[in-house]
Amino acid sequence: MPTDHHHPWLHRFAVLTALATLALLGVGGLVTSHGVGMAVPDWPTTYGYNMFFFPISKWTGGIFYEHSHRLAASGVGLLTTILAVWLWFAESRRWLRWLGVIAFALVVLQGVLGGLRVVLFKDQIGILHATLAQLFFALVCSIALFTSRWWMKRAPCAADDDDSSPQPAVLEASAPARRLVLATTLLILCQLILGATMRHEHAGLAIPDFPLAYGRLWPAMDADAVAAYNARRIETTAANSITAFQVGLQMAHRLLAVVILVCAGTMAWRVRNSGFSQPETPEGGTSNVQVLRRLAFLWLGLLLAQAALGAWTIWSNKAADVATAHVLVGALSLVTGVAGCLICFRRFSGAPGARNVPTAQGIGICSAPAGANS
Amino acid sequence: MKTITLLTLSALVCGLPTARAGDITGKVTLKGTPPPEKEITQVKDDVNCGKLHNEPVKTRFYVVGSGGELADVFVSLKGISGKSTGASAPPLVIDQKGCEYIPYVAACQTGQKILAKNSDPVLHNVHPTPNNTVGGNKEDNRAQMAGGADIPFVFPAAEDFLRLKCDIHPWMFSYVSVVDHPYFAVTAKDGTFKIANVPPGKYTLVAKHRKASLTGVEQEIEVKADGAKADFTLEAK
Repeated sequence: MPTDHHHPWLHRFAVLTALATLALLGVGGLVTSHGVGMAVPDWPTTYGYNMFFFPISKWTGGIFYEHSHRLAASGVGLLTTILAVWLWFAESRRWLRWLGVIAFALVVLQGVLGGLRVVLFKDQIGILHATLAQLFFALVCSIALFTSRWWMKRAPCAADDDDSSPQPAVLEASAPARRLVLATTLLILCQLILGATMRHEHAGLAIPDFPLAYGRLWPAMDADAVAAYNARRIETTAANSITAFQVGLQMAHRLLAVVILVCAGTMAWRVRNSGFSQPETPEGGTSNVQVLRRLAFLWLGLLLAQAALGAWTIWSNKAADVATAHVLVGALSLVTGVAGCLICFRRFSGAPGARNVPTAQGIGICSAPAGANS
Repeated sequence: MKTITLLTLSALVCGLPTARAGDITGKVTLKGTPPPEKEITQVKDDVNCGKLHNEPVKTRFYVVGSGGELADVFVSLKGISGKSTGASAPPLVIDQKGCEYIPYVAACQTGQKILAKNSDPVLHNVHPTPNNTVGGNKEDNRAQMAGGADIPFVFPAAEDFLRLKCDIHPWMFSYVSVVDHPYFAVTAKDGTFKIANVPPGKYTLVAKHRKASLTGVEQEIEVKADGAKADFTLEAK
């Protein structure tokens, strides 16, 4: 029988599923970074074996990464199935129960896409597979957030009929900041899709230097120039020849990174200069605003680290471990943005019962309550 | 007597084109300094493949002699199609030895069988990645156990530098140029090539190299009964 009280073990299980998904993203990233996605030619079998009984002695070379990825994916599939069933029977919030169902459907779809990538030889499916992995991770993390005591305790949907709802005028004032959180998160998603496209075209580094590009601020992309780039590169793996499109794609990735950093920096600057300081909540918990402040700085930190990893990926000639770390920090950046959006839009959007509103100058991230300037 | 005369005449008629066909010979040299080859460190790091080498394994993009002689250049007649004798030609054998493909660059005809051989004590997968899928060349990916039977591949459409690779050992890749006529060659280590039995006539000869000239350098030639000679110079960009 579903109940509306907090289920600590359900929350812990959701966190476990999110962590397992992050690990799976890492193993999947290693598969692509090492260029061994096709090391096991068959699917759903592995060299003709039921994959759970494939002998460890045969896990050699690229097979190790690809087969580990398949097994880890099976594990995440199992965890997601249990999570969905648990949510369905224990959770009173209907929409959350359905989120569990969606997570289950996505993990099944993701597994099928991974298999089809192998048997249909389509790089495009690889791009979709990589993008869906990021979205699935964001969804599972969101479920972990929704099942947390912190979220449930302060959720507007909880019985809460006080009159402290923010006034529309104040909400209007913070709307640009809310839009900034959302826009930055969407830009990160676009950036991850660009990155997935670059990785799954298996062309290695389309531009081998940084911060310049072939020694220039903007590289030549005519046919002769691209032919010369290809003639000079000495690849140690079976990388495809680069194209003008791929050079342009990497430049777009670099420029978008700058835009995202500026957005995240603006967020952090707003937080820092808001003059807002809110103590812990009367219950001794962490307030929404405190969480948002921390998230804003964490986000900026992650994105700075991500930019550094992007540069390192180039300087290391796309070393597999560095490139994979770049994928993982990208995923964490997206999830942080999604969490920020959820908190902003859920807790500060003027919904009835937004109790933990600031009592001083508005933070500038999200809306301040009525009379906040008094 | 009548039978002998007929046989003699037939032999003369059949033999005429062969007798008049000539060989195209030549040499390809590289001008300029190519980028240095890199050591493939993954080989020595691999538990199985590392045992098969005592020396560092390097990339093989520019195989150049001391005098600039350039190996692995694909030389063929341009503008000829539909003359493939691949179905009856002996198979092209590409070996996997020391976790490397040998030869690194090869050529064959459309319809000609390519046999992938595994001389290694290691499992490989053979994964051709053609670009001319519209023409009918199909991507495939086949496992090949140590000592396993040779794996045949046949490509029906012409394509330059069709890549074969092993995903288990991602540094392993080689190229096969597929043409639909028998007039082609790949230069040896001394940069020389020979295209045999070319019917007399005027042709365009093209030399292509994976790095130095992917689109090729062309040369007009005339093949006579005593053959033709054509040298090429490619430039390292």
